[in-house]
Amino acid sequence: MAALQLEVVTPNGPVVQAEADYVGIPGELGQLGIMPGHSPLLTALTPGRLYFRKNDQNTDVFISGGFAEISENRVSILAESAELKEHIDVARAQRAMDRARQRLEKAASDETIDVLRAEAALLRASLRMKIASGS
Amino acid sequence: MPSLKDVKTKIAGVRKTKQITKAMNMVASAKLRGTQSRIERFRNYADKFHAVLGDIAAKATGTAHPLLAAHAEQRTVLIVLFTSDRGLCGGFNAGLIARALDTARKAAAENKDVRFICVGKKGRDAIGKSGFELAESYTGAMIEFNFDLASTIGKTIIGSYLAEKIDEVILVYGQFESASRQVPTVQPMLPMQQINAGHHEDINPAFEYTYEPDVSSLLNALLPRFVNVQIYRALLDTSASEHAARMVAMDNATRNCDELTGTLTLLYNKTRQASITSELIDIVGGAEALQ
Repeated sequence: MAALQLEVVTPNGPVVQAEADYVGIPGELGQLGIMPGHSPLLTALTPGRLYFRKNDQNTDVFISGGFAEISENRVSILAESAELKEHIDVARAQRAMDRARQRLEKAASDETIDVLRAEAALLRASLRMKIASGS
Repeated sequence: MPSLKDVKTKIAGVRKTKQITKAMNMVASAKLRGTQSRIERFRNYADKFHAVLGDIAAKATGTAHPLLAAHAEQRTVLIVLFTSDRGLCGGFNAGLIARALDTARKAAAENKDVRFICVGKKGRDAIGKSGFELAESYTGAMIEFNFDLASTIGKTIIGSYLAEKIDEVILVYGQFESASRQVPTVQPMLPMQQINAGHHEDINPAFEYTYEPDVSSLLNALLPRFVNVQIYRALLDTSASEHAARMVAMDNATRNCDELTGTLTLLYNKTRQASITSELIDIVGGAEALQ
């Protein structure tokens, strides 16, 4: 069966354009496994790890949520940011994590802090680090 | 007649100015290329986004999202004005500010409150002096920005819109058409007009998509992002327009310098000739007196 055409695009340009035999995406309702011949699907994504397999080689990508559109063996991911595992800036993620933690600690006394936003930042940072460390 | 030394200093000054304007022209053209390639890369995302949104909006009939609905009372207008942070780009900022103030006065004539969000220092300064309320400003942003800035601005706007603090949102930005043509554009953003999806090869209406979680929650997630996409496009376009306008302005300035150097050189030669002539007259006169 024909391979999947995977495309991950962000506002800063395409991050991945590749062929794949299998794509795993973090759907809003749970992990989705896409194989060639999948039925047309539009779905919202949560921040997390996207991976695709080609010739038994897995490639990990961090995506910050967004949308996936699947039709005719094409998988298009629209994400606000996405990075290949080897391009993840661990130091930056660590800083973002520390910042988010500090904000959450202060949130109890300071009403101007957007807790949801800080939590989302913390989640993104920890996911980035998790993917970068290869687990 | 100015002295020889004065003219010489002036010529040197003009030459130095020319070096600066020429350098600025080259910097602006390099930056323009950079921004243009960013626009290219963004278009990829924006087109796809628009196609997906159009498809979902068409399916989600009957569910009126608050961002699509106009408020019952139209009291407050928010104008988001995009300008550059730096000057020396001809009439670029003046044109944008004039359009924004025009729009503001029209709204004020209809007894609406007008508020501004200014992106870019030039706009902020002008609006600050105009007497209209400046709700927020983002300066230093046009020098370097990314999608996060658009998200931040978008979030503020959506928050106020949903809280019914504002009833209408208008973007004023420099639309980039080509290196020699930039158009100050007034674009109503909220309430959102019905979204007409341009035909897109990737989204075939014949497909029976499965929607997860469901059409209306997808729409709920997409629409706020669409606001960010529009803001980011305005940011990119304004930035490209700024660089293009600066290129043209600096090119003109360089040419003016050439012209000025020519005129001054002529003056320098005339002055020198005049002083030689008067010295000769002195010598001849002195020799005559001795005879």
